[in-house]
Amino acid sequence: MIKKYFEKLQIALLAISSMITTVTIFLIVVFLFSYGIKFFTNSSIEKGYDIVVHESNPIQKLSPVILQQIFDQEYTFWHEVGGNQDSLEILHFEDLPNYYTEEQIGAEFELVGACITDYLSKHPNAITIIPSINIDSSFKGKIVEVASIKFTDVFTTQKWFPTSKPIALFGILPMIIGTLLVSFGAIVLALPFGIACAIYMAEIMKSRWRKYLKPTIELLAGIPSVVYGFFGLVVIVPIIKNVFQLEVGETALAGSIILAIMALPTIITITEDAIQNVPNSVREASLSLGASKWQTILYVVLPFAKNGIITATVLGIGRAIGETMAVLMVTGNSAIIPNSFLQPVRTIPATIAAELGEAPFGGTHFQALFTLGCILFLFSMGINLYVNYTSRSKN
Amino acid sequence: MNKYIIEKIVFWVFRLMTLLVVGILVWILGFIAYHGIQVLSWDFLTKMPEEGMTKGGIFPAIVGTVCLMVGSMIFAFPTGVMSAIYLNEFLGEGKIKSLINLMTDNLAGIPSIVFGLFGMALFVNKLHFGDSIIAGSLTLGLLVLPIIIRTTETALKSIDDTYRHASYALGASKLYTIKNVVLPMAMPNVITGLILGMGRVSGETAPILFTAAAYFLPQLPDSIYDQVMALPYHLYVLATSGTDIETARPMAYGTALVLILFVLFCNLAANFIRSIKN
Repeated sequence: MIKKYFEKLQIALLAISSMITTVTIFLIVVFLFSYGIKFFTNSSIEKGYDIVVHESNPIQKLSPVILQQIFDQEYTFWHEVGGNQDSLEILHFEDLPNYYTEEQIGAEFELVGACITDYLSKHPNAITIIPSINIDSSFKGKIVEVASIKFTDVFTTQKWFPTSKPIALFGILPMIIGTLLVSFGAIVLALPFGIACAIYMAEIMKSRWRKYLKPTIELLAGIPSVVYGFFGLVVIVPIIKNVFQLEVGETALAGSIILAIMALPTIITITEDAIQNVPNSVREASLSLGASKWQTILYVVLPFAKNGIITATVLGIGRAIGETMAVLMVTGNSAIIPNSFLQPVRTIPATIAAELGEAPFGGTHFQALFTLGCILFLFSMGINLYVNYTSRSKN
Repeated sequence: MNKYIIEKIVFWVFRLMTLLVVGILVWILGFIAYHGIQVLSWDFLTKMPEEGMTKGGIFPAIVGTVCLMVGSMIFAFPTGVMSAIYLNEFLGEGKIKSLINLMTDNLAGIPSIVFGLFGMALFVNKLHFGDSIIAGSLTLGLLVLPIIIRTTETALKSIDDTYRHASYALGASKLYTIKNVVLPMAMPNVITGLILGMGRVSGETAPILFTAAAYFLPQLPDSIYDQVMALPYHLYVLATSGTDIETARPMAYGTALVLILFVLFCNLAANFIRSIKN
């Protein structure tokens, strides 16, 4: 009797174990998205600060992008940002000691509110930033409402200044374009070699040799990405620098080459499987009609294996998009939109890896990196669901 | 042009492309081995890093990586094997099974940096493990779960049903059959999954960046709540952000070689076990 219950308990334990992958995915979704979505409730101003203008200023609300441009001195008149015809003055908070003595500001900065009120009364066109705790009874001025970070802004803004103060900008467009560019380059380089290698292995090679080639290709998949990155850094990057006469060799091209090498095993293995699955009767029919072996491969075998080759390509792209360390080490990591393969780029995974260590826990920057993680997660899910769907519809 | 001449040309082009692919592998391995072997010595393997990581050895990084390999397997191996047993032996074809299979595939496809983010959010912060061996091991364990589940499933599937039926015919229960007939027969291939998983864990960098890895820590861990150095992260640090990158270069080659040897050894061991079984 007890033995029977014990057995039931063991089976229950097995059943619980089998849920682990599903539960993990669920937890990843919960944790990733709880931080990632919270990002959109933030304001771009540094926490604990407010933007203020003189009471007579008609400006009510400004977007983060425009505020950043204001503090970058890209505007000279208020009407350029929707205000009146007056010229635009900026008071940087750290310049306050240039205008007021230490006694006026106060040892603990407790009189900042009064100083800024005074400054604004003398310079009614000024805009400045003030610590929120200094907005007290002595302060007279208008707080400008800063729009919270919008979904569409994040995907269209071209600037990524996550730590700039007082206004941080979180435009992920450069990273999305960088990731797609590097991955696209990788797949263009890898596909011809991958397919040629797979055809050679499956159709042409003697099986005696195939036995050795297959583990060799698997070994290529086993090399850690950080080693690929290191190899790229000390070998590929200098070669690119010399061949194209560049100042720095860390470019999108370097990333594409390394990612192409890393995507090869995936492409070769899956394409080879697809070719192996083509029934022999089809080949024999073609050969018996007088076609050469190459004609058979080109016109019969490859069209038959088309779905498998597409799957291989998609998985190769997926591998390239998610790759972190190798790309981080060879692409130069500047968050600008690249014009060519010979410019440094920054990818989404590399951004997370490079910046998460420095982002304060729970801050806006931290949450922005989780938003990037959400994008990667959704992308990998999409690829997997697509591959799953096509492989099922084939069966 | 005769179609057979075209065929000859095309096949030669393919042969050359295949040779190039193999050539790249040989180049990478040869390059690392050639430069790495010059710094590889007993001292290099057993000493602490010295003088801003430009001299001395990589002992703490080796110990750290071994800790993470063992730690992740303590968690992932039993869980993965049990999961595979339930999937293959108990669960019939149906919606639940295809859902679990789908989720396992999805988990395998998630980029490693996402595991890093997740591990940081859950293990390091929510569960307050801090940057530690246990947080890193659990993160890496989740990462290799699909590998272990898939190899175990394949191993179990390769056991012919006649053995199961014979055991049932003698009056054994299902669980008894699995424990005493199926699993022992499948063991060599199950172990292959364990070794492949360890190889994968030893080389992963992104998941431990924010969960376990220390930039520089010239001492060995005392408990599972300590931070550790790890080979892949150490290589990254030496190659990109050390105090003196040029003088640290030989150290980087040595670290890369040791890391590759770890992975190579795991791969060869897995292949060896597979070959003696067949």
